[in-house]
Amino acid sequence: MNVHANPTLTTAEKALVDTFAERFSTFPGDPNVAHSRDNAIEQIKAGLPTRRVESWHYTDLRRLLTQVPSFEAGAAPQKLSTVLSGSTVLAVLDGVADTARPALDGVTVDRLADLLQAGDARVNLAPDAADDAIGAINSAFVADGYVLSVAEGATVSNPIELQNIQAGGQVHARFSLKAGARSSATIVERQSGDGAAFVSSVSTLELGEGADILWVIVQDQAETATHFGQFKAKLAKDAKLSLFVMNVGGKLVRQEIFVDVEGDHADFRLRGINLLGGETHCDVTMNLGHLAPHTTSTELVRNVVTDRAHAVFQGQIRVARPAQKTDAKMACNTLLLSDEAEISTKPELEIFADDVACGHGATVTEIHPDHLFYLMARGVEEKIARSLLIKAFLAEVVEELENEELVARLEEMLDDWFVRHA
Amino acid sequence: MLEIKNLHARIAEDGTEIIRGLNLTVQAGEVAAIMGPNGSGKSTLSYILAGRPDYEVTEGDILYNGESILEMDPAERAASGVFLAFQYPMEIPGVATMEFLKVAMNSQRKARGEEELKIPELLKRVKEAAGALNINMDMLKRPLNVGFSGGEKKRAEILQMKLLQPKLCVLDETDSGLDIDALKIVSDGVNALRSPDRAFLVITHYQRLLDHIVPDTVHVLYRGQIIKSGDKSLAMELEQNGYAGIIDEAA
Repeated sequence: MNVHANPTLTTAEKALVDTFAERFSTFPGDPNVAHSRDNAIEQIKAGLPTRRVESWHYTDLRRLLTQVPSFEAGAAPQKLSTVLSGSTVLAVLDGVADTARPALDGVTVDRLADLLQAGDARVNLAPDAADDAIGAINSAFVADGYVLSVAEGATVSNPIELQNIQAGGQVHARFSLKAGARSSATIVERQSGDGAAFVSSVSTLELGEGADILWVIVQDQAETATHFGQFKAKLAKDAKLSLFVMNVGGKLVRQEIFVDVEGDHADFRLRGINLLGGETHCDVTMNLGHLAPHTTSTELVRNVVTDRAHAVFQGQIRVARPAQKTDAKMACNTLLLSDEAEISTKPELEIFADDVACGHGATVTEIHPDHLFYLMARGVEEKIARSLLIKAFLAEVVEELENEELVARLEEMLDDWFVRHA
Repeated sequence: MLEIKNLHARIAEDGTEIIRGLNLTVQAGEVAAIMGPNGSGKSTLSYILAGRPDYEVTEGDILYNGESILEMDPAERAASGVFLAFQYPMEIPGVATMEFLKVAMNSQRKARGEEELKIPELLKRVKEAAGALNINMDMLKRPLNVGFSGGEKKRAEILQMKLLQPKLCVLDETDSGLDIDALKIVSDGVNALRSPDRAFLVITHYQRLLDHIVPDTVHVLYRGQIIKSGDKSLAMELEQNGYAGIIDEAA
């Protein structure tokens, strides 16, 4: 975070600090939790990161975050119908987790508020680093969420859908999942709501040996919302994590992805789709560590940017000295659809092992005029031809998901975005 | 059906003039062959007819059924019945061939005020047309033209022509890259579409294709102009003597 001494607080920083002072007594937590919250707010008082902080270079939070709403939300939000049929829903509505929790075979579910109150060791609110602004905001304010644990060897047959839904105001939630050895599960994380909400949500995932998890994040906040997401995962030996991230909403969005591949032969896959219109600023920042030998990863992010929107992708891959035979490939492809649309992309490789295969690539293109001509020469009118080509650009990523229902539902959501931004 | 009058056209980007006062008339029911050496403007002519934005018409006009098409975009031209079979069909990743056929057929129907085809009827038509061209349904599940062999791409072009039922068919070097069996399949496909209300402009470098698709008229294009017209015997003459004699004669 900014180390300049006592900067004058911006309107947003002041709102955060003032809200904290007003609301502190209502936040759940034992004295240790309270202490963590206090440290976190001190970090915010020192100033939100500016472009001078390397990890925030393209998202100058101090400048971009102009206001923070109060906690008072509008009408009570409703649960959403699930992305996948037969899903078990765990909902956080306006920042409060449902007290009724469905019974799930092989899975224990706890409310975060209860664990905070009890000072349970499973919850650690300390931000990761001095530049971890999302972690700091979330630690200071988080009130509820869910803590899940999947038993060793359990195959959770029905998907679990974590819904973080609000009707404006401020919401700070946290989800965590510990997947036991050889367990498998599909998790859908929904980040959605109405109005100019201010949302922070942190998800942490620990995969035991041989665990196999598909985690899908769908963020479709209102066009005026600020959304700060953080996803942190650790993979043990032979574990497999497939993460799919789709951002189709929000005004100011940053989704951070921190993954450490800690065990031999573990595999991480990231697929991301970001659709930006209007004046949206959407930043996806990934930091991936290959820390053990024979680990593999592929990262593919595709952006469609139109109007005056600004997309950011930062992807850092660190290969530690012992992580020989690492195989990592990262690509970020962007379609810019208007003259004022912007993409900032920064791949970074930090390799300390000498026998690895690491690659990265970034492309920025417009719709290919030859492709457009070909479709039009068959009678497809320009507007339809363009949307067909944009969808084709995204379909390659979505269709890699093997679940047909998931593909269909995600494509519907993409279509909704096209209808809104046609 | 098609009347090209004193057409002048250039590459939009650098202003190079390619078509330099071209005149050509093609009647309904006619198969007109356009022949000419490399660089004479054959492909450019086909692109200009289809409305490719890389070219600018600077003078003259193209009348299709008596009306100028110069102000129409490629989709409008296609919906009105103009079809270009590309020499090099574009590969379009992510768009399944079947999906593309559906969108193309229904876009044209919609533009003409006809009802869109339902999936079963559409599938039936595609299956019928594909069978005759030796195209299997697996090929249609693949992204449009991606990884298709040269012959597959050309057959896919003819499939589209059969399904879209255009009135003016422009075939740009449809024979290039085809072996003799594929050439026969493609030619049979074209011949089956010959009808009194449909015209063909068959652009080719070699006479070979014209053994299979027998033209009514043959026109020699050189440096952006038609320098000689005749019947199918002109194609034979070119095959035997090359272009040099005719070029000299016209000079």
